[in-house]
Amino acid sequence: MEQNSDISAVFFIRVNGRQLQVAEGTSVAAAMIAAKQACRTSVLGEPRAPLCGMGNCMECRATVDGKSHRRTCQLQCIPGMEVVTE
Amino acid sequence: MSAAFDVIVVGAGPGGIAAATVAAEAGARVCLLDDNPEPGGQIWRGYRSNTAPKYPHGRGFLQWTSRLRNTNCEIWSGWRAIDRPSEHSLRLESDAAMCDIEFRRLIVASGARERFLPFPGWTLPGVMGAGGLQALVKSGLDPRGKRIVVAGTGPLLLAVAAGLTRAQADILGIYEQAPLSRMLWFGISLAAHPAKLIEGARYRRKVLRVPYRTNCWIVRAEGSTRVESVTVTNGRTQWTVACDWLACGFHLVPNLELPRLFGCRIVDGYVSVDSLQQSSIPAIACIGETTGIGGLEKALLEGQVAGLAAVGRQPVAAALASRVIPLQRFARNLDRAFTLREELKRLAAPETVVCRCEDTQYSELKECSSWREAKLHTRCGMGACQGRVCGAATEFLFNWQHTGARPPVFPAAVSSVAAKVGSPETLHL
Repeated sequence: MEQNSDISAVFFIRVNGRQLQVAEGTSVAAAMIAAKQACRTSVLGEPRAPLCGMGNCMECRATVDGKSHRRTCQLQCIPGMEVVTE
Repeated sequence: MSAAFDVIVVGAGPGGIAAATVAAEAGARVCLLDDNPEPGGQIWRGYRSNTAPKYPHGRGFLQWTSRLRNTNCEIWSGWRAIDRPSEHSLRLESDAAMCDIEFRRLIVASGARERFLPFPGWTLPGVMGAGGLQALVKSGLDPRGKRIVVAGTGPLLLAVAAGLTRAQADILGIYEQAPLSRMLWFGISLAAHPAKLIEGARYRRKVLRVPYRTNCWIVRAEGSTRVESVTVTNGRTQWTVACDWLACGFHLVPNLELPRLFGCRIVDGYVSVDSLQQSSIPAIACIGETTGIGGLEKALLEGQVAGLAAVGRQPVAAALASRVIPLQRFARNLDRAFTLREELKRLAAPETVVCRCEDTQYSELKECSSWREAKLHTRCGMGACQGRVCGAATEFLFNWQHTGARPPVFPAAVSSVAAKVGSPETLHL
């Protein structure tokens, strides 16, 4: 289960305006966990971050490139991607 | 992109890949569709052909994916099945479009998800599923140097801990809620599956220095904005472990949204199938975890059986099917060995959130007498995940039965839901 060692290219995405360096092949959810960045705020105002890692729980939802409620665990980082937490 | 296929396979994990491959090799027009960005499912997630040989199960991945690539099977990644406009079609949605596709035969290989149970602090960032953390690491999350507690139940805990150790994480402990006596009994039942015993032993060897404790479970997770420590018990004493992440999952539950939508008969939580994997609906076969949580070998075999049967190769399928029986027994033994202990029903405090989408608390749900009443009165299970998390939890906590599935089985755009059946063109969202 080690990380993919064949992912070599590195680039930047922006999370809430902050630059984040990521390796190619990284999911947006993985990048946000590494940056200690919660994805959304719950109904009662709690910070929430990825739970299931496989597209079921919806806790990793964020707005990506202007589109809201994207499941960031099912989305791979692309250079220049703009992520805004919800 | 309105299309018609002889066989549609939903789910591109090992079982789905095997089913699609053998059906396409027989000359059928096959579509293999999956929600994920790439085929592989969970166990082969993130595998690349050049690095696969060094992963566990990497060889099988290489064999099956190269066989699949040599066929004309269409692989639709990033598509979710959200509805069934007719008995022989599926409505799909991607992040950019929707369309309806028709099939003569449907093979559901939708796999399983983890069961999560609520305990104080389980919504803190840094608390993840065991399989969840494994999936995230396979998707590029770097666990090096992270202090991780692995807890819950099921064979996955050991596999996850071994993988994380290999990736240089610092595993502080593995806490399995099942009692040692049941684990030993399960170990003996594995005599019929030497390969699985060897696999288990290999995982254990990877984490020899990590305490693996049966009869122990998580009581709570603590932290202000993220998890900082977890408290564990063996039923007599409690102790607290400081950590960066908690990987906690309570075995697996099958993804039955599609079989339910089509009205396939479900018995004891799994799709009921005949020896050729056909469900109670003649055009629909179900394989892999949907018929019993049995892992890779079972999924690959059942996939081949269903794929061959779907293209009229019943005799070959039947010959293979005899090898499925011991694996189905293995799946039932797994469920029994990792039965959840009663104490886990009492972990949630009154204010503990049970439905993470709607933030429904345990005290609100305690007043309800059924899943339906809970949905109507508290909105439990009515949020974005549609009960995928709290459904399995409340089934255990309150014995609530979950039946039926209503479209769309995944959150979808209004235009996708409202589109005319069999729209000839792809609708761009």
